[in-house]
Amino acid sequence: MTSDVDSRSIAHAAPSRWAGALALLGSEFALLFRRRRTWAMLAALAAIPVLIAVVVSLSSQPPGPGEGPPFLDRVTQNGLFVSITALVVTIPLFLPLTVAVAAGDTIAGEAGTGTLRYLLVAPAGRGRLLLVKLASAAGFCVAATLSIVVAGSAIGAVLFPTGSVTLLSGDTIGAWEALGRTLLVAGYVALSLLGLAAVGVFISTLTVVPVGAMAATAVLAIVAQVLGALDQLAWLHPWLFSEHWLGFADLLRQPILWDSFAANALLQAGYVVVFGALAYGRFATKDVLS
Amino acid sequence: MSDLAVRSDGLSKRFGRQLAVDNIDLAVPRGSVYGFLGPNGSGKTTTIRIILGLAAATTGRVHVLGQDMPGSLRHVLPRVGALIEGPAAYPFMSGRANLLRMDAANPKAPASTRNQRVDAALDRVGLAHAGTKRVRAYSLGMKQRLGIAGALLMPRDLLVLDEPTNGLDPQGTREVRNLIRSLAGEGSTVVLASHLLSEIEQLCTHVGVMHRGRMVAQGSLADLRGLGRSRVRVLTPDGQMARTELLRFGLEVMADDGAAGGRNGVTVVGAELPDADPPPVEDLAAALVQAGVRLRGFEVQQETLEDRFVALTGEGFDVDQ
Repeated sequence: MTSDVDSRSIAHAAPSRWAGALALLGSEFALLFRRRRTWAMLAALAAIPVLIAVVVSLSSQPPGPGEGPPFLDRVTQNGLFVSITALVVTIPLFLPLTVAVAAGDTIAGEAGTGTLRYLLVAPAGRGRLLLVKLASAAGFCVAATLSIVVAGSAIGAVLFPTGSVTLLSGDTIGAWEALGRTLLVAGYVALSLLGLAAVGVFISTLTVVPVGAMAATAVLAIVAQVLGALDQLAWLHPWLFSEHWLGFADLLRQPILWDSFAANALLQAGYVVVFGALAYGRFATKDVLS
Repeated sequence: MSDLAVRSDGLSKRFGRQLAVDNIDLAVPRGSVYGFLGPNGSGKTTTIRIILGLAAATTGRVHVLGQDMPGSLRHVLPRVGALIEGPAAYPFMSGRANLLRMDAANPKAPASTRNQRVDAALDRVGLAHAGTKRVRAYSLGMKQRLGIAGALLMPRDLLVLDEPTNGLDPQGTREVRNLIRSLAGEGSTVVLASHLLSEIEQLCTHVGVMHRGRMVAQGSLADLRGLGRSRVRVLTPDGQMARTELLRFGLEVMADDGAAGGRNGVTVVGAELPDADPPPVEDLAAALVQAGVRLRGFEVQQETLEDRFVALTGEGFDVDQ
């Protein structure tokens, strides 16, 4: 406390609005990726394709056509299918679970540690903070999907042949284009998770207990899929955020069928808008007493 | 521009059926060190949260630094540093990283000087050597210092410090006291919520006392103390004569309860000086001697802030509802 540094002489011109928003966004991503929990989840996700690849390569009998999860039978033909298989396996439960943790924590986690009040008096701005939190949840969706694809592609290239790939339509494409398709599928999956992430952020504004928000979001992910499996509720299915979760097969045809991609993008955007607005409606006027 | 740094008019806050803040008119003069007193649960922290835009008032208006809150929150809060209900930090990050994040959240804080300002703030609270340590490993006092550093990241016109010396060792308490003095010396207005009456007495120019959601007293420290009465204490073997003499001057002589410390035939006579037009105490002493009272001791006691506080908020130990 002996410093005679005069902070008044240090601070001068205030940054522009955009620079300020970017600083907060950068800080948010630094926060996300500084947590051991984030890396633990990404590592666990990356372990799935590794597990699949190792098991398939060690077994004496390659999986026959139609055996196991979709695309598993193609893994031995081309390593790139490791990523695709892993995405199919993780999207019903494992991926939504990690997204629920990341999204459910966004606001409730800050409220739980008490840092929310300090962010708000900084003043981060409630709308701005919410947008940044949505971006961070979306960032996690991308990171989660990428960690599966990167680990899957790497282990696939090591254990199985690479090179040209036969698509679902029977056409053959080169290795680089195949990698492009894999990334396209990863993009599709990340996009598919955005609706759930927005729901998670909304739930996160309702509570100061992060674990509660995480659990509620995870439960909703399961409920949506259960409802999606009931034929009696066919009228509801187009409105479920999980409706297109497994619909990326069309991206593996020649030419690419973009219909499901577009329908999915529209649906997820709708969820982001609706639940983003609900979250704002709740958060903008909420008394922060934690 | 108003000469009040914080002003509230008829501010109330209701939680369900409970009125946590009941129609208070806060007046914090610019440049003052304002001691915000009150027992636990009296509504201080709720008031602070409303001032800072964290909670919405049920009724009433708040102006901070001359601007309407929470309407002008974006313009007001960058000029306000705050420590609210204890410090809070991400335990898995270093103290320095925590401050960098808080500073990044302020849209008016220039990124180019961020590192420099964070280091200056850490230095100012004596955490320069612990800045890179994770907050998880911080002691209570270190966390408290970090919280204060967070309030000092930018030059502030107003500092709202809720229990700033909580958890600090005696040295830390002294340092924080000096820090508050120097901040006030630099021209910042300081609102200091505390239970430590001695701290308030040493630091504050103005005081507001809350009790059960109401503001029961507010004004300069001298005014508030002046409201309390002074009393004289006379040590003498001639108790009865002294009593008679003091009564003649219009003092309220307290009953002799025998426990006031008399010994060896000496009695202690206590009497309160009247509020209106009290006689000069030196006249009292002279009159007592003249009347033949053998004085062994004569003193005038100003009511302490603690006496005043207890008189305003009651003796009970129970937390207010």
